[in-house]
Amino acid sequence: MPKMPVGHRGAPAGMKGGRPKADFSALGRAIKKLFRYYPRLAPLTVVCILFSAGVSATPSLFIQNIVAVIERWYKTGDWASARPEVLRYVSLLAVLYVLALLSSTAYTQLMAVMTQGFLNKLRQETFDHMQDLPLRYFDTHQHGEIMSYYTNDIDTLRMLVSQSLPTFIQSGAIVLVVFSIMLYFSFWMTLVLIAGVVAMFYVTKVVGGGSARYFIKQQKSLAETEGVIQELMNGQKVVKVFCHEQQSIEAFRKRNDELRENSRKANAYANLLGPVMNNLGNILYVAMGLAGGIFLLTGVRNVSLSGMPFSISVLVPFLGMAKQFTGNVNTLAQQINNIVMASAGAGRIFSLMDEPPETDDGYVTLVNVKELPDGSLEETDGRTGKWAWRHPHGDGTLTYTPLRGDVRLVEVDFAYEEGKDVLHDVSVYAEPGQKVAFVGATGAGKTTITNLINRFYDIADGKIRYDGINVNKIRKSDLRRSLGIVLQETNLFTGTVLDNIRYGRLDASDEECREAARLAGADDFITRLPEGYGTMLTNNGTNLSQGQRQLIAIARAAVADPPVMILDEATSSIDTRTEAIVQRGMDKLMEGRTVFVIAHRLSTVKNADVIMVLDHGRIIERGSHEKLIAEKGTYYQLYTGAFELE
Amino acid sequence: MKAAVIKTLAGSLREFKKPALLTLLLIVGEVFFEVLIPFFTADMVNMIKADAPLAEVSALGGRLALMAVASLLCGAAAARTCADASTGFARNLRDDMFTRVQSFSFANIDRFSSASLVTRMTTDVTNVQMAFMMVIRIAVRAPLMFVFAITMAFIMGGKLALSFVVVVPILAAGLILIARHAMPAFRSVFRKYDKLNQSIEENVRGMRVVKGFSREEHEKTKFASAADSICVDFTKAERIVAVNSPLMQLCMYFNMLFILTVGARIIVSTRGTVIDVGQISAMLNYGMQVLMSLMMLSMIYVMITISAESAKRISEVLAETPSLTSPDAAVTRVSDGSIDFEGVSFKYSESAENNALSDIDLHIPSGATVGILGGTGSGKTTLVQLIPRLYDVTEGSVKVGGTDVRCYDTDVLRNAVSMVLQKNLLFSGTISENLRWGSESATDEELQEACRLAQADDFVRAFPDGYETHIEQGGTNVSGGQKQRLCIARALLKKPKILILDDSTSAVDTRTDALIRAGFKTYIPETTKIIIAQRVASVMDADMILIMDNGRIVDRGRHEELLERCGIYREIYEQQTNGGEDHA
Repeated sequence: MPKMPVGHRGAPAGMKGGRPKADFSALGRAIKKLFRYYPRLAPLTVVCILFSAGVSATPSLFIQNIVAVIERWYKTGDWASARPEVLRYVSLLAVLYVLALLSSTAYTQLMAVMTQGFLNKLRQETFDHMQDLPLRYFDTHQHGEIMSYYTNDIDTLRMLVSQSLPTFIQSGAIVLVVFSIMLYFSFWMTLVLIAGVVAMFYVTKVVGGGSARYFIKQQKSLAETEGVIQELMNGQKVVKVFCHEQQSIEAFRKRNDELRENSRKANAYANLLGPVMNNLGNILYVAMGLAGGIFLLTGVRNVSLSGMPFSISVLVPFLGMAKQFTGNVNTLAQQINNIVMASAGAGRIFSLMDEPPETDDGYVTLVNVKELPDGSLEETDGRTGKWAWRHPHGDGTLTYTPLRGDVRLVEVDFAYEEGKDVLHDVSVYAEPGQKVAFVGATGAGKTTITNLINRFYDIADGKIRYDGINVNKIRKSDLRRSLGIVLQETNLFTGTVLDNIRYGRLDASDEECREAARLAGADDFITRLPEGYGTMLTNNGTNLSQGQRQLIAIARAAVADPPVMILDEATSSIDTRTEAIVQRGMDKLMEGRTVFVIAHRLSTVKNADVIMVLDHGRIIERGSHEKLIAEKGTYYQLYTGAFELE
Repeated sequence: MKAAVIKTLAGSLREFKKPALLTLLLIVGEVFFEVLIPFFTADMVNMIKADAPLAEVSALGGRLALMAVASLLCGAAAARTCADASTGFARNLRDDMFTRVQSFSFANIDRFSSASLVTRMTTDVTNVQMAFMMVIRIAVRAPLMFVFAITMAFIMGGKLALSFVVVVPILAAGLILIARHAMPAFRSVFRKYDKLNQSIEENVRGMRVVKGFSREEHEKTKFASAADSICVDFTKAERIVAVNSPLMQLCMYFNMLFILTVGARIIVSTRGTVIDVGQISAMLNYGMQVLMSLMMLSMIYVMITISAESAKRISEVLAETPSLTSPDAAVTRVSDGSIDFEGVSFKYSESAENNALSDIDLHIPSGATVGILGGTGSGKTTLVQLIPRLYDVTEGSVKVGGTDVRCYDTDVLRNAVSMVLQKNLLFSGTISENLRWGSESATDEELQEACRLAQADDFVRAFPDGYETHIEQGGTNVSGGQKQRLCIARALLKKPKILILDDSTSAVDTRTDALIRAGFKTYIPETTKIIIAQRVASVMDADMILIMDNGRIVDRGRHEELLERCGIYREIYEQQTNGGEDHA
């Protein structure tokens, strides 16, 4: 089967930055997985492969017999007498061939099904596991690195399953069978062959080693060249404005030439392997012929399992077997690279699979309720628009606390990395319907606070309570459902505008989504899009402006209709004029909700009930806008523009 | 693959034509010897069978070994020349593309995203390099091997070679059929697969949103259905390709049975005079060679089809003509910093429905300070980009120093018109290296002077390495405000006649912003200054403020005038000053 560079990613996978590190235990795990996914098909395939390997190794036995028949009859030229014997062997061979064809058709089809099925299951398992990983994982790993599990590593397993494994079983079996048959014919001749094979192994090691060394260098210079191209292509407009074209070309050319040199050496070595192995095979073939001739002529006593004497009818099939043997050794040698890369790939995939998923010990859940005449709450199935926390207690009782949006942080300490505290002793009380703003320089800990409220990260010390319930007791999905977030960096998903708004609440009707868009002030521009709400967004909505993307993100949060909203620089990319329009929507959106606002523009936080000024993880000032201005502290300085925020 | 694409790409082969042709020659040699080997081996077997003297057998063996060595040498030399040619070709392709992009105008750049240019120069070139290598090694090798092996088979085996008459068409037809069916299937799978990877990327990037909305299960379901659909298609494609190997086996087996039966008959009935036992094994050998060469041909067919897409994408870049070039007999001196727009309209592409700018008439005297305000998409950036001729007007004309910008040498014009772009960038390298983009020959004093003017000198000195501080790619190790001030300093180093700041102080605090503007007034009074801003404060004291909306200048005048008569201006002003000054 031809090698297909999957997904147009031409560079050999698994070679990036000296990554190939063979971890054969991972390989074993991958193979085990294959057998677990296909407990019946996989063993059946192995049987088919072995059978077909066995059959393709045996013709030499028949050839030997047929040549013996020829030898017996050709001096008399009596075809009539030879014919039945020849035909008997030929038809036997034909039957075997038919069986071999059947089994090889079966196993190649099975392999095609299993390879893709395996990759699909593995891909889904990886993806599913990834969804369950804590946010910390995504914050501490580069996205490119995570992507490479899907684009590179899984593909290395494709080569393993579809090619290397069957080849290994098949060629391995053929080599074994042929080897036994050779011993059956003649020890001496086998010995000559072994000597040749040892030489071939040696050459593979030297040439293959050189090729691997330079391929790693090539990958490194490819990455460097890519870096230079990326930087300069990104900055192409700056290059033009500064007439810096010639200098860019020179900087690029240096890397390009280096890449070429390493690539040339790597490929020269790699190309060498084919002709060298091939011709070593040829020389070995000749050597075996000569050796056979010498044995025949000198009449050395043959040593063999069969005890048969050495003759031309042994030599002819033996030469054929020598070809087959070296051919298969060659095939095996060529799989080594695949196998090493696949073990590296498997190792990386399993490192992701072994990452512990986000734990959730929460048992307090969010349910729909209706209020009974006596003021108590009763759980219902349908959507009532009224929510409550269902709180089972240790003593078996059950209480319902209405969802109000009261969030309190009490003396919270937090560090992303042990020893590097990001928040110290932070206390924030947000009553239902209050607007709390955080102000401070980049890195002061504003976003961190919001990360703790929705439990993207867990606090080190202190308490966070939501409607009086410790957030650690609340099931994460329910906690997050009760909190809407709009982030500075908007992420939209491939799909229509409507799909993207509905992401906030999957069962929202079209009308509800439109209503949310109107609230956010997004309806206006959406209806002017070529397909309106049905306009497809791709690539994170590149066809929209940054401001428009943010408006959709706001609508998405609005449709979820949560009692608490977190707005992290939600309007930073909207120009002030548009913001004035959005502000009305935002004001409506914030009405009656507890809102945490982080904003760069102080004009957006001005009307908050309470403003917290953060500095290096501590709240240094708190109070209303008027109070803080009157105090003439840090907030006052920021507000009057005496300080730069970033 | 289209001929035009091949022609475009072949233009980059240049000095590597020689090693490429040499590779072809060497491979002819390699194949020649390789094919002779079974022919003489057959003789050797026969000699042994006929009890020929050992000396004769050894002599033949020696000759055979020599042939193998000759074939090996040719092959090894070809390995070198082939690597030389293909990697050299790849280097030239990258170089040509990069150089071509450097000559692109902004309009050209807009057509290709920078990410796609990176892919074209890396992955696509690698694909073409691989295909090229395959072609020069195998495209000659396979047909030659095929012809040689068949010829030898007929010379040696006579009637035995008739087997090929049956087998070759079957295999060839089968391979073509498989490739025909499999390729479209694979192509569609690859497209879907790229989409799947994109959606994974989207998921990883948006993980905060996914988790924020507790959409993990939703994402899993979405992914599973996309992955399953790929699996179905992929399996279909792979199953078609999987027929290859049994088909090949079928032909080999048929060949084997035919040669054994007919061969045995010929040997026995002619008493070994026409052919002998040795020829049987040689014929089996030739059979393998013939079939393998067909297999290789089908492989390059697949390889070429896969790389065709890449080749097309490369040739698109190479064939793109820069839409904007300096005229012959260009003007090489910009007399002063005056700017005139006369009846200017502009669209980004001919097919665009709406004008990005309409009916712009504007005169800016040399040395004036002009502020531009307006909402997103109102045409502010578009307007200023016409001044250094980053785009050409659709209608009307833009003049700098009284001369149409299209008459200038573009380098001269752009050195006189210094622009700080909205999407600004520093490059990896030291601060002083970055600043010297403005003027390569600038002295250290000049760098510091520019930085003082841009209010950057203080913070640069505060860095441990001062002006030799290393800037990471994309300038991630300096804050937004610092980056903007460095970019202004870099632009100032050009000592331009016109300085354009496109929203270049948005992250700078108001006090520093004011200091920068005050510095401009004092130290570079003759330079024409155009300032696009979000903050009214940044443009309030300009000689003229332009209010833009929907690609038109809707009003112009001084602060006081506009405050009085222009609704939009008043609205922005009040919003920003209401209850205190807005802050960046």
